[in-house]
Amino acid sequence: MNEQATTAANADDALMVEMRGLNKWFGDFHVLREIYLEVERGERIVICGPSGSGKSTLIRCINHLEEFQKGDLSVGGLPMTQDVKRIEQIRRRVGMVFQHFNLFPHLTVLENCCLSPIWVQKKPRKEAEAQAMNYLERVQIAEQALKYPGQLSGGQQQRVAIARSLCMHPEVMLFDEPTSALDPEMIKEVLDVMVELAHEGMTMLCVTHEMGFAKTVADRVIFMDQGQIIEENAPEAFFNDPQSERTQLFLSQILGH
Amino acid sequence: MIHNREMLPSQPAPRRSIGPFAWLKANLFSGPVNTLVTLAGLYLLYWLLTPTIQWAFIEADWQGASPDDCTSAGACWVFVNARLDQFIYGLYPSEETWRINIVFALFTALIAWLAIPRLPYKRWIAIITLFVFPVIAYVLMHGGYFGLPRVSTQRWGGLTLTLVLAVVGMVAALPIGVILALGRRSTMPIIRSVCVIFIEFWRGAPLITILFMASVMLPLFMPTGVDIDRLIRALVGITLFQSAYMAEVVRGGLQAIPNGQDEAAAALGMSYWKRMGLIVLPQALKMMIPGIVNTFISLFKDTTLVMIIGLFDLLGIVQAALSDSRWLGFDVEGYVFTAFVFWIFCFSMSRYSQYLERRLHTGH
Repeated sequence: MNEQATTAANADDALMVEMRGLNKWFGDFHVLREIYLEVERGERIVICGPSGSGKSTLIRCINHLEEFQKGDLSVGGLPMTQDVKRIEQIRRRVGMVFQHFNLFPHLTVLENCCLSPIWVQKKPRKEAEAQAMNYLERVQIAEQALKYPGQLSGGQQQRVAIARSLCMHPEVMLFDEPTSALDPEMIKEVLDVMVELAHEGMTMLCVTHEMGFAKTVADRVIFMDQGQIIEENAPEAFFNDPQSERTQLFLSQILGH
Repeated sequence: MIHNREMLPSQPAPRRSIGPFAWLKANLFSGPVNTLVTLAGLYLLYWLLTPTIQWAFIEADWQGASPDDCTSAGACWVFVNARLDQFIYGLYPSEETWRINIVFALFTALIAWLAIPRLPYKRWIAIITLFVFPVIAYVLMHGGYFGLPRVSTQRWGGLTLTLVLAVVGMVAALPIGVILALGRRSTMPIIRSVCVIFIEFWRGAPLITILFMASVMLPLFMPTGVDIDRLIRALVGITLFQSAYMAEVVRGGLQAIPNGQDEAAAALGMSYWKRMGLIVLPQALKMMIPGIVNTFISLFKDTTLVMIIGLFDLLGIVQAALSDSRWLGFDVEGYVFTAFVFWIFCFSMSRYSQYLERRLHTGH
């Protein structure tokens, strides 16, 4: 799936995402504290934790939707800097799916998926459309291609958002609570697409409260609280034998009812 | 307990429409007070409209060439008729007015092409309208090229001048306003301050002052021999003034677009200008249509202020005609005609903007 020319000499050996001592403040509020995280190519990571624990902020640092003030971050061996060109270079490698879909409401589903391939990757329109239809097919929504996002259900919109992201051939996908804004009966259709993507070997970082999803596909589960990584482990160990007290409390709260 | 074993079939909604008489009774004559108010309203309408219609149409004089042809008690439209050429073309030499007519016809054709959704090649027509048409219009109207006699801007006037001021002002003020609005939202402090100062300066001064400064003060600062055309000075003044207003309209629209749109575009690797040009501005501009058209309409009417710097726009030329000793006492006709022409243009803009809003609605 990765057709892009790699810039770093040993990019394929490099870690997909690497954070070393990442710190971030919102004003005086210390949201991320000394984060160390290494994600291998092809790894699936689920990040969970109470609200306000900094998990969304953490993954939003990876494509520079949030700036961090201290520490180092690199994506596929490319260090993140303040340089706009570098930021855009990294963003082209990183796909993102948002809680509220953020589809472009003034464009059709197909145009949503073609826009960036045409304007950023300079693909011919025909090629971009064929590719978009291919991905829309895979998230099973090709028949809605000419509709506007406002005419689709939440689950359908989120599947389009995933297809839109895949059209850029990302090397890693970030999911920021992709099912939290959905009606209960639509959660499964989105999770199914994500599971399929995981089985195809996509590197994924998912902020989610879907513990079933974590158990099925995650290689590692990370628990965050108050801006720190408290605990990380393989899913079985994480759910069956949580080490820290805070993790135990959190799990009992979300699994207990 | 199960309420319904079978799905109930969907039924048509109860009809709400009633006959015209029932509607009248329900809405206008539902009680003694209501009936009284309705009758009073009808009488007021009658009292206001009858003399107006009688003056403007029934007892009006239409045909003729001199004030003597106005014999009846109503309006003397002979005055407007006799002066119509001057009202439209100002002091433009009458044997050259075909040049203005070509410009008008070309402009109408281009705008119509852009406004009618079915016609193809919109992008090319837009480029022609924005970049080629102004050159053609200038060459034709100003002359001095291709053997066309030169007609200096001093002689431009009437409706022609009003349209030149309004169209150039609108076309120039919108992009400048967009740039200023983006600048005001920039994270770069110098760019932001420059835009804020610019906007607040031009918005803080009345247009009449700006025009006056442009015409009286500016030449004082110019080295001798350098003389900028008076029309250009008025155009620059109007454009900068309106672009400051436009900037605030655009800023309002930009603020209404959720941050997630910009983030989603950024996450797809788009640069700042692509994010703005492809995602944020198209959505914002659609929301801003009422505000933009509002500014356009006020700009259109504000062009009458150029009278104070000695340019004769439609209102100016009508006023000049009113002081003609042969045609004294036809002020009402002159002003009613002027108001009607302005109203036609402003109302058309308003209607087109409403049509545009409906057409661009994509159900969100």
